Amino acid sequence: MSAVFDKKIHQTLADANLQLAIYSATGRLKDKRTESVAADALPDYQELRTHANALKKHAIENLDHYLEEFERNVEAHGGKVVYCKDGAEVSDFVLDLAKQRGVSLIVKSKSMTTEEVDLNERLEHHGLESVETDLGEYILQLAHERPYHIVAPALHKTRYDVAAIFEKELHVSYETVPEKLSQIARGVLRQKFLDAGIGISGANFLVADSGAVVLVENEGNARLTTTAPRIHIAIAGIEKVIPRAQDLAVFLKLLARSATGQALSVYTSFLSGPRRAGEIDGPGEFYVVLLDNGRTKLLPSRAKRQSLYCIRCAACLNTCPVYRKIGGHSFPWVYSGPIGAIITPQFMGVSHEPGLPFASSLCGACAEVCPVKIDIPQVLLDLRSEVKKAETREKTNRLEKLSYRMFAWVMTHPRIYAWAGWMVRHAPIVKVGPVRAWTSQRDLPPMPRQSFRDIWSRR
Amino acid sequence: MSREHILHRVRTAIGRSAGQPPSAAPPVRLRVLNDDPAARVATLLARVEALAGKTYHAAAPEDARAFVAAAIAGKTALASNAPFLAECGIANLPGVRTGITDREDLRECCSTVDIGITSADYALADTGTLVMLSTPREARLISLLPPAHIAVVPRGRILSGLDELFAILPNAAELTSSMVLITGPSRTADIEQILVRGVHGPGEITVVAVG
Repeated sequence: MSAVFDKKIHQTLADANLQLAIYSATGRLKDKRTESVAADALPDYQELRTHANALKKHAIENLDHYLEEFERNVEAHGGKVVYCKDGAEVSDFVLDLAKQRGVSLIVKSKSMTTEEVDLNERLEHHGLESVETDLGEYILQLAHERPYHIVAPALHKTRYDVAAIFEKELHVSYETVPEKLSQIARGVLRQKFLDAGIGISGANFLVADSGAVVLVENEGNARLTTTAPRIHIAIAGIEKVIPRAQDLAVFLKLLARSATGQALSVYTSFLSGPRRAGEIDGPGEFYVVLLDNGRTKLLPSRAKRQSLYCIRCAACLNTCPVYRKIGGHSFPWVYSGPIGAIITPQFMGVSHEPGLPFASSLCGACAEVCPVKIDIPQVLLDLRSEVKKAETREKTNRLEKLSYRMFAWVMTHPRIYAWAGWMVRHAPIVKVGPVRAWTSQRDLPPMPRQSFRDIWSRR
Repeated sequence: MSREHILHRVRTAIGRSAGQPPSAAPPVRLRVLNDDPAARVATLLARVEALAGKTYHAAAPEDARAFVAAAIAGKTALASNAPFLAECGIANLPGVRTGITDREDLRECCSTVDIGITSADYALADTGTLVMLSTPREARLISLLPPAHIAVVPRGRILSGLDELFAILPNAAELTSSMVLITGPSRTADIEQILVRGVHGPGEITVVAVG
């Protein structure tokens, strides 16, 4: 475990208020999900999961075909598709377009994909103003923090934190009632929507047969982002493509329920191309950025490519006993929880945070709630094996190898075994360096006063 | 920019060649409920109310007109160009503006009025959802910018649910650049999981079923 990872975990565990905030928020989301997928609320839930898994598997196995079909249909409706291999290409594209169109203000709706490539920082570095408009994301942008949770980004902030942030950054009076805080944000952001030249959104789904970008949200900020400015840019990972609009009947039923326990989110937008002749409003230009940023690295392995089925509902975070203790910022990258633990090492390389695949009890709760049936524990095991293989290659696990060799030797030599048993019972070896490191995270069961061998020999 | 590079990487990784036809897709899964159409109005309105929306079941267009007139009394409103609103006599109620076809004019008006009035292309009974297609008859911002939204929906447009919608409209992109499903008032729970309505979109939604 790296020192940074370790330190963040301990800070989170020691903060009682934060512990309560994480526990109650994830608990509430978890309970709502459970209710909404119960047999009386959604009788065909398991069948829908199986079908969603089959659709995602099929889409990924034919990914190039569906990307090209999607591209053709976007273009048939007057939009444009841009493929980008990394964050630098995305920001270059946005910067060029902003420059050509004379745009200096951009509004953004929530998108984990843009978090992945630090888009706001890149744009701001070049003098553009890029404003997050989802309430949670807006709070975090003002506080200069990254999302704590995939669906509830500001889960760790109390109303008092938000009041202080708004007072400092927006120069408004200290106000702690959530309704009033929301109204303050609404007022500031309403003007941004009307002034912005470009709206940037993510995408929950890309529909190949329609050339459509599907956005799911509750606040209305994604609708405003994609309606008010003259230009709409949707930025999505290449894995978001699904074959047909009709497949949404499966995915939409699962997504909102798994995320927040709603039957449908308040707004589901199905957007294809710029506004057409006769339509009164909507953007005049429509772009879809298809981002790789490491995704193609996951494709060769059949077992690992299932990580790309994820629809970012965060049900695995809410149910995970590890996430619910260590929280979102303990994770080394933008994706947290079980899905973060499998995506991060694959996108960034296992050496980015080798401790990550091990920060799980493999209890399987994540796989049980996953609406697209990703076998997260299995992928974690595969990644653990990769980390260990890399350590053997780089010879960084000498101590571990040595201790296993010693263990094998002790186990196969009865006299040594007896002596070792006596040592463990009578000498304080738990306090010795490497053993102490291990026991700092785990409880060693107390040793019995007498060994089985002793009892046996006295019979 | 990186189109060929990315597509090439994808094909190499999954073992496909350019232009190769896809493998057989899983079948479309639509389960259209075999419900009683007569019960849909009641189901729809009950769902909308469960989402904190207001509802009214109008027996006839004149009835809907009277309800909307009472709802907007003393306030300003903008009605969409939906023929059904004209049919109900809602578009020519006093205090209601209608007939906007210019983008700037629409933005200006939507930013200032108290209520946006629309019809809906469809409504989904089992989730309490309005389905709005962007057309010369319906603009996107009328159901989005004003703090309150009233939707007046003829009974025949109420479907059982999502599956029936996708059975009727297998590809909405052929008809419009934007189809939006609206399920209840705009909401957020981003501060301490406390539910707040009307954060960016309308905080009040009223569904009037007619017939």
